Amino acid sequence: MRDVAVIGVGKTPFGAFPDRDLRSLAVEAGEKALKNGRVTPEQIESFYLGNFAGPSFVGQNHLAPYVSTALGIQDVPATRIEAACASSGSAFYHAWSEVSSGVNDIVMVVGVEKMTSQPTARVSQILAEAGDCSGEMRAGNTFASLFAMIARRHMHDFGTLKEHLSSVAVKNHANGALNPDAHMRKVITLEQAMKAKPIAEPLNLYDCSLISDGAAAAILVPLERAREFSGKPVRVLGIAQASDYLALDQKDDITTFPAVRRAGGKAYRMAGVTAQDIQFAELHDCFTIAEIVATEDLGFVERGRGGPYAFEGHTARTGERPVNTSGGLKAKGHPVGATGVGQIFDLVQQIRCEAGERQIPRHSLGLAENLGGSGATCVVTILGEA
Amino acid sequence: MRTGTVYTETVIYSAPEAFVNDVPYQTAIVTLEGGGRVTCRIVGDRVAIDDRVVEVEERDGVPFFRKGP
Repeated sequence: MRDVAVIGVGKTPFGAFPDRDLRSLAVEAGEKALKNGRVTPEQIESFYLGNFAGPSFVGQNHLAPYVSTALGIQDVPATRIEAACASSGSAFYHAWSEVSSGVNDIVMVVGVEKMTSQPTARVSQILAEAGDCSGEMRAGNTFASLFAMIARRHMHDFGTLKEHLSSVAVKNHANGALNPDAHMRKVITLEQAMKAKPIAEPLNLYDCSLISDGAAAAILVPLERAREFSGKPVRVLGIAQASDYLALDQKDDITTFPAVRRAGGKAYRMAGVTAQDIQFAELHDCFTIAEIVATEDLGFVERGRGGPYAFEGHTARTGERPVNTSGGLKAKGHPVGATGVGQIFDLVQQIRCEAGERQIPRHSLGLAENLGGSGATCVVTILGEA
Repeated sequence: MRTGTVYTETVIYSAPEAFVNDVPYQTAIVTLEGGGRVTCRIVGDRVAIDDRVVEVEERDGVPFFRKGP
């Protein structure tokens, strides 16, 4: 295996953009990454697109060459990866594996989703198709309700409180307010977060991530060639993808995500680090409870203590291990297929010391956790200074 | 009919297209008496974790449970 570096990243703002279509968003992010990495489209040897549900959201299929050709990338393999909300984390994993294994040297990955052209009930329906449609979704569940059931059980087993959940939303909104590319730049109070309208008990509006449009892109090359392109390469120290059942009712214990534990464990071993070494992280806070469980499954805090860990401020921007300095899916936004590469973008920004007002002092070793569905896919990536 | 205990539950206020006319409604995962779990809809009184429940019917392949017996 060869060592791999990220040499260029790009991202659109995340938000609701009625005048933008899927392809223009993807192209904007891709062009920014090319410019950032000082790479030309002709140099790209393979192209991956992470996208969850373009065919359902915008009625377009065969999306990888649809986007790559618009970027001026011709003739090379162009492959779409779908893994629900982990689509572009998985696309990044496959791009990494191609560079690492020596199949190709210069590989681009773009993640994109265009969601806001559909009404909320239709969006819920499309998202629900990432669950097990033969059982749990047929009964009327949504992703919010699946995570609500996880939250209920976590509260029952460990004494996690509603305040703990809401504190994650307050923190991520505070961070998002400082991110010029965030969908919702609004500071909220704990009281506001606790009293919002219910979505699926015990989760309310502020426990849920946003329905957003957006795209993000990254370019990977062998580490030994990184200096040919960029003055600021970032090294992929560890990466792993893992899978699990779609349906919650097939799991012994829904208060933990085995795929997160497996992917995290493998990524730590590859990087030669432990959870305690990780200085900051972008975690998949599709719902507040998901961030709490991720801090436990990744070993940042012991099992069952993720609620108090967040509430006491350990994951705040000024805490010992900041989580979601970008604002997370909660405030930055969650254009599903763009989220995984969006997290990579956010890690790279911190590691390069380009995060502006959100810049944290300890920023040389970061982790991204991208979760698909209610835990059936997970990609964990550890990036560090090259 | 099958019986079991509630493993977890939620009440849904924001539903996907096919269920918008049903809100609010309760879904649950039930640990069955004979082993295994099933995801179901709850009818009648709201249930909480560890409540005993019994299946009342199946509609379109979806089991419906209520508190009891």
